[in-house]
Amino acid sequence: MTAEPLLTGRGVVKSYGQIPALRGVSVDVAEGEIVAVTGPSGCGKSTLLHCLAGILTPDAGEVSYRGERIERRSEAERSLLRRSEFGVLFQFGQLVPELTIAENVALPLMLGGTGRRQAHTAALTWLDRLGVAHLADDLPGAVSGGEQQRTALARALVTEPRVLFADEPTGALDTLAGEQVLDHLLRVTQDQGTAVIIVTHDARVAAYAAREFALRDGEHDPSGVGIGSVRRGRRARGEVATEARAR
Amino acid sequence: MSTPYVLLGFLAERPRHGYDLKHAYDSRFPKAKPMAFGQVYATLGRLERDGLAFAQGSDQAGGPERTVYAATPEGRARLEEWLATVETPAPHVNSALLAKVTVALLVADVETASTYVTDQVAAHMARMRELTAIKTSPQSALSDVIAADYAINHLDADLRWLRTTLDRVSDLHREVHT
Repeated sequence: MTAEPLLTGRGVVKSYGQIPALRGVSVDVAEGEIVAVTGPSGCGKSTLLHCLAGILTPDAGEVSYRGERIERRSEAERSLLRRSEFGVLFQFGQLVPELTIAENVALPLMLGGTGRRQAHTAALTWLDRLGVAHLADDLPGAVSGGEQQRTALARALVTEPRVLFADEPTGALDTLAGEQVLDHLLRVTQDQGTAVIIVTHDARVAAYAAREFALRDGEHDPSGVGIGSVRRGRRARGEVATEARAR
Repeated sequence: MSTPYVLLGFLAERPRHGYDLKHAYDSRFPKAKPMAFGQVYATLGRLERDGLAFAQGSDQAGGPERTVYAATPEGRARLEEWLATVETPAPHVNSALLAKVTVALLVADVETASTYVTDQVAAHMARMRELTAIKTSPQSALSDVIAADYAINHLDADLRWLRTTLDRVSDLHREVHT
């Protein structure tokens, strides 16, 4: 018997003006599962991630979390979901430069109403799990790219979400720093039983996931190869637009 | 061929008998084919003949008597020379892979060639997943991680080439059919 999926997309469609980014994509993610969404630039993989995370509203189709539709909920409701059940990790630029590493990690808890002291303690615990507790009082600008990404991962996980959305999380890092982020990501999410959806165009990153969900020109590609050079240029612009909106 | 140098390296580390050499080789290069005893003794014979290793004595610790070999000073010098020589940057193309794609494009239709490449991509990805699991296992030693990295990066290069090939083939197919 298969357990009910934690998160599902059904026939998800999304266009940017006249440019279709997703042409009806269906995907299931089980509790604790790690799925890599792969494909070339402009295939729609970031758009899919943003639709599943409730950051973007699809033009058509359904997104359900624990069997309940979420895609038509208000921005406030989806925002609450992202603060409590979902964690999001982008390629770079997510930390508030004026706040210390620990304050950055404590931020989602404090936004959710947790007291300052308690949020700070939780932040330190997560920084320790990710091997960056010694940087707690530093500003993001003073630490390396890999350390910033581990801090962003701590921030995404501090609310103990059930799903972590990671969009090219190692795209801006050198190989070894990227690998350390992935090792940590894998270990802590498996410890917590958190499902992970990781968007990547790098096969070495995709190999960390138990399952690959390949996209090609806005559609699921069951062959898993993710080819498709047509409309590459226009799609690439579509993807840039998604990233800009997501920030 | 680097096998003689690898065995010589083990002997330079400390004297060993043939059985010990085989196990050192198999555990350092777990992704390679296990080394046959015949190859170990044949290689030891050549190293001895060339004055790079010598039979130092015998060891009978709880088993049959075994000859223990060690590296000679000349062997150590040869090893240093080998280590100091950079390898020719030869393309690490899996020749069977290239041969199959080339022949598929020659004698089969685009569909057949694409299917072959697609299946190959899936096999490469499956192997990369296995190697990544080895690499991320807490039981893995540094040498396991380094060996897995080597294989993963070469598979990744193959994969990028396979995907580009598939793009080129489908572009060609589209040009012909539109």
